Amino acid sequence: MTGTLAAIGASIAVIGAGLGIGRIGSSAMDAIARQPEAAVKIQLAMIISAALIEGVALFAVVVALIAD
Amino acid sequence: MKTRIFTFFFILLLSILNVQVKGQEEHESHHDTASEHNEEEFDASSFILEHISDSHEWHILTKKNGEHVSIPLPVILYHKPTGLHFFFSNKIAHGHEYKGFKLGEGDYEGRIVAVNESGEVDIDNMPLDFSMTKTVMGMLGAAILGLWLFLALSRSYKKTGISHPKGIQGFLEPIILFVRDEMVIPNIGYKHHERFMPYLLSVFFFILINNIMGLIPFPPPFGANVTGNIAVTMTLALFSFVIIQISGTKGYWRHIFATPGVPFWLLPIMIVVEILGMIAKPFALMVRLFANITAGHIIVMSLLGLIFIFDSVAVAPVSIFFVLFMDCLELLVAFLQAYVFTLLSALFISLALVEEHH
Repeated sequence: MTGTLAAIGASIAVIGAGLGIGRIGSSAMDAIARQPEAAVKIQLAMIISAALIEGVALFAVVVALIAD
Repeated sequence: MKTRIFTFFFILLLSILNVQVKGQEEHESHHDTASEHNEEEFDASSFILEHISDSHEWHILTKKNGEHVSIPLPVILYHKPTGLHFFFSNKIAHGHEYKGFKLGEGDYEGRIVAVNESGEVDIDNMPLDFSMTKTVMGMLGAAILGLWLFLALSRSYKKTGISHPKGIQGFLEPIILFVRDEMVIPNIGYKHHERFMPYLLSVFFFILINNIMGLIPFPPPFGANVTGNIAVTMTLALFSFVIIQISGTKGYWRHIFATPGVPFWLLPIMIVVEILGMIAKPFALMVRLFANITAGHIIVMSLLGLIFIFDSVAVAPVSIFFVLFMDCLELLVAFLQAYVFTLLSALFISLALVEEHH
């Protein structure tokens, strides 16, 4: 049972990460559409923010692994 | 020239370590003499875990009849009653006991425990394990690779001077300049950046080389899960933490213990919060790197384990295709995590170098 609960906890964290990175992606695409010359800088910032948010989601995965 | 000789001898040493052929495990109970292979069920989670976790031997391959071919690694133990011990891990392989030490089971899974002469009693003084395990050998391999690269770099600079880059300079100089101009100087500023460049460059290349070596499965010393070991990332985060605190100016400590503009009755809470923040930032560094790399390895292992769960070769092309895709993603994550670790370390150092505003 604890295994299933841990898996559910990890899935909820993944929902948060998906929403967050989705918003980053969408605002990055809006910005690139507005100003294509700044595309490289925007892409760089997008990848960095995605990595940071993914870090937070993976905290939750680690906690789920420990709780199992 | 010297590094080449050193590297050659290190590789020679690695190959001289006797490649030990292990005997069969005790899963003999289901052995069907009529069929070719063992009927035991494939345990996916233990398959994944044993490829991710550290071990006292370097497992190369398992032959069809179940024999393991692995390189035994040195075991260095400090046991309080008996002192320092040094032996190779083939002495305690698969359950054997050597000089009162054996690999623990159950609660002590994966650790080396001390046993009495009488039975299987584990004493209160557990041996301190300083062994050169698989992770340590992987780290040493990465260190040698890094040393080779950077000593070659410095030698080529000595020969040609700072003119147009050629050879290995053309490969490493853009990366080093990227670290300096995009990560360190924008945060720390031009005045103090040279103090921290050695540490930040070292941490960047250490994480990068170890991440990439963890992705290549073969031959040893590649394929050791170094940065996916929380002890390693904890040490790296500890280095960052120590450097941040050491380089803290008076303004930094004032921000923590007497944040300006805060009413005095709020100060006790603010101090606790600030100290928690001080610890949480390197903690986040540690968990982020560990979780990203370990998650990548677990995904690759799971996709490969699909072949064994379905027990058919037809799954193999699909599975390997997905594994290739995940490996490309993992390569991106390897670079990205090195970048993020170094960037955040530089950022935290810059926060510690805050000058007094008045």
